[in-house]
Amino acid sequence: MKATTYVSRNKVRLAEVPEPQVLNSGDAVVRVTSAAICGSDLHLVDGYVPGMLNGDIIGHEFMGEVVEIGNGVRKLRAGDRVVVAFPISCGRCWSCNQGLFSVCENTNPSAWVAEKVWGFATAGIFGYSHMTGGYAGGQAEYVRVPFADVGALKVPDGVSDEQALFLGDILPTGWMGAEMADVRPGDVVAVWGAGPVGLLTMASARLMGAERIIAIDRFDYRLRMAREKAGATDTIDYEQVSVHETLRELTGGRGVDKSIDAVGMEAHSDDLQWPYDRVKQAMRLQTDRGMALREAILACRNGGVISVIGAYGGFMDKFPIGAVMNRSLTIRAGQCHVQRYMQPLMEKVERGEIDPSFIITHRLSLEDVVHGYDIFKNKLDDCVKVVLKPGEPATTERRIGLI
Amino acid sequence: MAKAQRIAMALGAVSTGIGTWYAATPRHFLSVIGAPATERRIAVTRLVAVQELSVGLGLLADGRATRWVAMRVVGDVLHGAMLALAVRAPDTDRGRMRLALAALIGITATDLAALLAARQIERTGADVESGNDGTTPEALAVERAPVHRSVTIRREPAEVYAFWRELENLPTFMKHLESVELIDERRSRWRAKAPGGASIEWEAEITDERPGERIAWTSREGAQVWNSGEVTFERAAGDRGTQVRVRLDYEPPGGRLGAGVARLLGEAPSNQIAGDLRRLKQVLETGEVAISDAVAEGRSRMQRPAQPIEIA
Repeated sequence: MKATTYVSRNKVRLAEVPEPQVLNSGDAVVRVTSAAICGSDLHLVDGYVPGMLNGDIIGHEFMGEVVEIGNGVRKLRAGDRVVVAFPISCGRCWSCNQGLFSVCENTNPSAWVAEKVWGFATAGIFGYSHMTGGYAGGQAEYVRVPFADVGALKVPDGVSDEQALFLGDILPTGWMGAEMADVRPGDVVAVWGAGPVGLLTMASARLMGAERIIAIDRFDYRLRMAREKAGATDTIDYEQVSVHETLRELTGGRGVDKSIDAVGMEAHSDDLQWPYDRVKQAMRLQTDRGMALREAILACRNGGVISVIGAYGGFMDKFPIGAVMNRSLTIRAGQCHVQRYMQPLMEKVERGEIDPSFIITHRLSLEDVVHGYDIFKNKLDDCVKVVLKPGEPATTERRIGLI
Repeated sequence: MAKAQRIAMALGAVSTGIGTWYAATPRHFLSVIGAPATERRIAVTRLVAVQELSVGLGLLADGRATRWVAMRVVGDVLHGAMLALAVRAPDTDRGRMRLALAALIGITATDLAALLAARQIERTGADVESGNDGTTPEALAVERAPVHRSVTIRREPAEVYAFWRELENLPTFMKHLESVELIDERRSRWRAKAPGGASIEWEAEITDERPGERIAWTSREGAQVWNSGEVTFERAAGDRGTQVRVRLDYEPPGGRLGAGVARLLGEAPSNQIAGDLRRLKQVLETGEVAISDAVAEGRSRMQRPAQPIEIA
């Protein structure tokens, strides 16, 4: 079968690989009908997540049709149309029982590597390095889904692929970002990053009753989508104005009630932090660039909440702990516990309360994946979100390439 | 300072000095021995530098003369072979090469003499004044510090105990175990994979057991790898299940060197036990060992499959 594989830093390849098979009794094999490229896939490809090997299959946002199941699968049958949560969770351990699915205790066979970096290990994740288990990903024609009863949700007939696809990651991630920020009616919420996750965070905050939603980015087309589709009331281009001062003025000198970081480790800024963080990261003196998170902390009002859903890998310098402590700030963070949110959010999609498909700007064949990474990473052609469809005719030539 | 240690320190300083010279200015070294610097020769010089530095630091930091001096002798022989090859190359300076060979022969002779002296000291125990040449009971005791690991499993202590006491279950989650056969109620025969594909076998005997709480064992007379340990089962706070604690005391095959190599390969006993306990948790909570694609394909060095439970 064809699958998107990591080659080396900045290089991906559409490769011919063996088809997956059932290995554990709770497995399902899914024929992928739609897969998306996620911003966190760029962290892998850009070389900031350790434990990637040449040939690893990437991709953790996908859906499709069940074609085979292990003898322990109870809720699914061949032919079912499913969307799959990106964390692989057993559903039986204490963490899963608490709803903390992304820190499942049983699905990361290389847990000891994560323990060295993070203290304790997290769950396995599809196509996301050997630190999270070395599971094959879903930007492929077929994918093996372990613990399918826990991670795969049947898609109702009335819901299209494009509406359902994002229930596996970015819609629940955006929702949890707003939920962790404790967004309440009347709140002023600022969201750093108007990429797919940031946009769905804004849409979620709006559903939770936020009165003012401020989108922060530097790409005009993304800020436009935030205003027109995601419910942002204000937008800030950080290359044009000072974010801190603008937010202070927008809130009458008070600061925003809730700050949400939907940027993560590859943050960018146009002040002196940029060369500082970039050089330290390049020299491996830190793994994460902190511009967005620092700003999110400093811009938050006294007693406010900072919610972190942008992905971070390791260590960051110049963390403003003084602001956090002295101003009674709360920080909440986490990889999304997708399985906790999939069903209720699917119901919201079914009822038409939210339609996450508005973020899709490009529909490509799986064969065009190299081109897809290129336009997504380099923000070409006003790209916000790429959806890959295996089996569709190809429109570009490159099957391997630097992006 | 004991004589063996003085020899080790002196040779360590020599190795480190030479290694630093090779690493810092490989071209200078090559010009001294009369070999024009090519990229390949520079690369080889750097490799030799790494070798010299590691042996040097080993001698300085480890203090066990015999092993490290033996490695110096091995290095000398290798370097002799390299020089012999270089002499035949058309672009080398024969005169300088001969001088280099003579120097090397001198060094080799010194190393051999040092090796014999160190061995003599080790064998006769003439070096007792230092109290530690790597073979004293004290040194071994440090190496044999028991390993402790624990895991919390969402099952009742009685269930976890029962699963473990059924010793034939152990290979389902202990990666290195091939089989456990019962001889009688207390004695069993264990078979495990050893590094390099070999198998080792030993008999173990349960020395104490309290149902639902504790099992203790020790290997019987004649075991290739002496080991002894206990596992305890205790109710965890807040209804979280059972805390399983393992203590393992064992004599590593190959002594200290073997233990060091094992640690470098990530095969240190504490890592093995941590992995085994993680798999025990998987088996008891989910019914089987979770296999990722990387494990199935043998792609990842970071993952260690145990024997998967057969699925129909």
